[in-house]
Amino acid sequence: MTALLVSVIASATPLLLAALGALLVEKVAVLNLGVEGMMLVGAIAGFAVAHETGNLPLALAAAIGAGMVMALLFAVLTLTLRANQTATGLALTIFGRGFSALVGAGYVGIAAPTLPRIAIPGLSDLPFVGPILFGHDPLVYVALAMVGAVAWFLYRTHAGLILRAIGDQHDAAHVLGYKVIRIRYLTVLFGGAMAGLAGAYMSLSYTPLWTQDMIAGRGWVALALVTFAAWRPFWLMIGAWLFGGIMYLSLYMQALGVPVPTALLSALPYLGTILVLVLISRDRRRIRLHRPAMLGRPFSAGG
Amino acid sequence: MQRRTFGQLLAAGTGVAALGRPAVAADPVKIGFVYVGPVGDFGWTYQHDVGRQAAVAKYGNAIKTTFIENVPDGPDSEKVIADLANSGHKLIFTTSFGFMNHTVKIAKRFPKIFFEHATGYKRDTNLATYNIRFYQARYVQGVIAGHLSKTGIAGYIGSVPVPEVVQGINAFMLGMRSVNPKARLKFILINSWYDPPKEGDAAKALMDQGADIITQHTDSPAPLQAAAGRGIKGFGQATDMIKFAPTTQLSAAIDLWSPYYTKRIGQVLDGTWKTGVIWGGFDSGLLEMAPFTNMPADIAAIATATVAAIKSGKNKVFTGPILDQAGASKLAAGASMDDAALNSMQWLAQGVEGKLT
Repeated sequence: MTALLVSVIASATPLLLAALGALLVEKVAVLNLGVEGMMLVGAIAGFAVAHETGNLPLALAAAIGAGMVMALLFAVLTLTLRANQTATGLALTIFGRGFSALVGAGYVGIAAPTLPRIAIPGLSDLPFVGPILFGHDPLVYVALAMVGAVAWFLYRTHAGLILRAIGDQHDAAHVLGYKVIRIRYLTVLFGGAMAGLAGAYMSLSYTPLWTQDMIAGRGWVALALVTFAAWRPFWLMIGAWLFGGIMYLSLYMQALGVPVPTALLSALPYLGTILVLVLISRDRRRIRLHRPAMLGRPFSAGG
Repeated sequence: MQRRTFGQLLAAGTGVAALGRPAVAADPVKIGFVYVGPVGDFGWTYQHDVGRQAAVAKYGNAIKTTFIENVPDGPDSEKVIADLANSGHKLIFTTSFGFMNHTVKIAKRFPKIFFEHATGYKRDTNLATYNIRFYQARYVQGVIAGHLSKTGIAGYIGSVPVPEVVQGINAFMLGMRSVNPKARLKFILINSWYDPPKEGDAAKALMDQGADIITQHTDSPAPLQAAAGRGIKGFGQATDMIKFAPTTQLSAAIDLWSPYYTKRIGQVLDGTWKTGVIWGGFDSGLLEMAPFTNMPADIAAIATATVAAIKSGKNKVFTGPILDQAGASKLAAGASMDDAALNSMQWLAQGVEGKLT
């Protein structure tokens, strides 16, 4: 049971990291569907730098940077040039897949240093809670800390209030003198940083290898999670554990001898995503209450 | 040598076909290879490419090889094979079980071109098959696991329930039970030959359920890395994966395609190629075990002796009595299973937990 929870927490971490970024971006009413692409580019950037330099902090910085460059591309296209956000986001994912595969061609099948686990003598050995709470790698804790940080930022700071105001009524926020485009740029960059970090978690800790398309749809699951959680950070964490759990349990159940066709087991996380989205969207009120009113709509100061 | 990924090929449309030109006597003979994974998978496809490179090294300018990597099992592979046939390749190797029916179809359409399909069982006058008796290596791994496992539970990660995968699961179980009659084997089929995050997850799920030896019939080192993360031992697949898990890998089954590829290409060059079937084990030079590491010397000696017994034919691996999961007899005492029975294996040996779906 303990080991199972440890595995589920690990499985949920990349989803949580990427989804937290996407949540903030959607809160400021930008819809960036390029999460999968940003994660892939972050994963290869982190892996490549770790392999070449052996320096893990530098590798994480490279992954964050790579995610931000991708996000910047998206921001320039959609915020400055006012391209359609849905189409641009999809294009970003497709570009990220191809670009990461191209850059990563030379890195397939080689080893790189992995993120160390933080074992706290005494605490890690506690029965049951020890292995669950301690002994993960640093990014697991970063992800959990970011849940609190994002929630605090959104609901307890002035900057968070401005961000939400822009998401709900960008014209009014503009009239009040807030720099709508600048704030959206910064938020989109934050989303890219988080996606890049999530990618690095995949290639440096979860499966310390680079392989083409190794994110395997986690970016899309992260986006679905944001809607699932109705744009609330705490629910996002619950959702990430749930989905991480489903992804992992589909394999766990098979080892237990549950007679389910393997193809169905592989599809389970994605079927779960669709099912949850259908269920959520039935509750119109809840969606309306939390959904940023301007989501996906372009803004220009000229009106 | 031309290197193309499947994606690039799709993007380029009839890219390979465009490169074709009529063969002139002085031209090098073109040989094509269709790979299911990337050449850098450090497993299955990597070893095939080692074989290709050996042929290039031997024949030099007399041949020109093309490989296409990351070709998915299924109908897409047919177009890739046809493109190679259309672009003047004289001999085409297709290296995944899932390419079988598509290779058969294209071989019928191009009777003057020779085809070689790895791990399949359908042949034609211009289509040969070749394979390795991987199950022999699985048995050796099982013997090692029987000695080393403290929980008596081993974990096995497979791809799809084709006979070759089932042979491996059963051979491992037979080997393990030859040492520890109470040993159990749990397995997970991940529905893919190469998906490192999922392979790693599957290894974790197996370890979470008590497995303390991990082995895999998928192509990446991810399960070994997952095992290393928990301080558990495991086996490499298709190639020596020791560099990914220096304190974890016990051994690995190494596929050696080079002798076969150089021989068959040579036969095309001198005009003696004929269809046929090869299914080679330790005795054929196509299969060997990586050094036995991370285990006590006496167990390494037992493993070495097991390899020798299989190589000499004294141990045929699938030798009766063999019982299935339900305890029904599959093979009488003293009998050994013929290749036809091996190639249609769809039952699980006693001690294996789970079902083939």
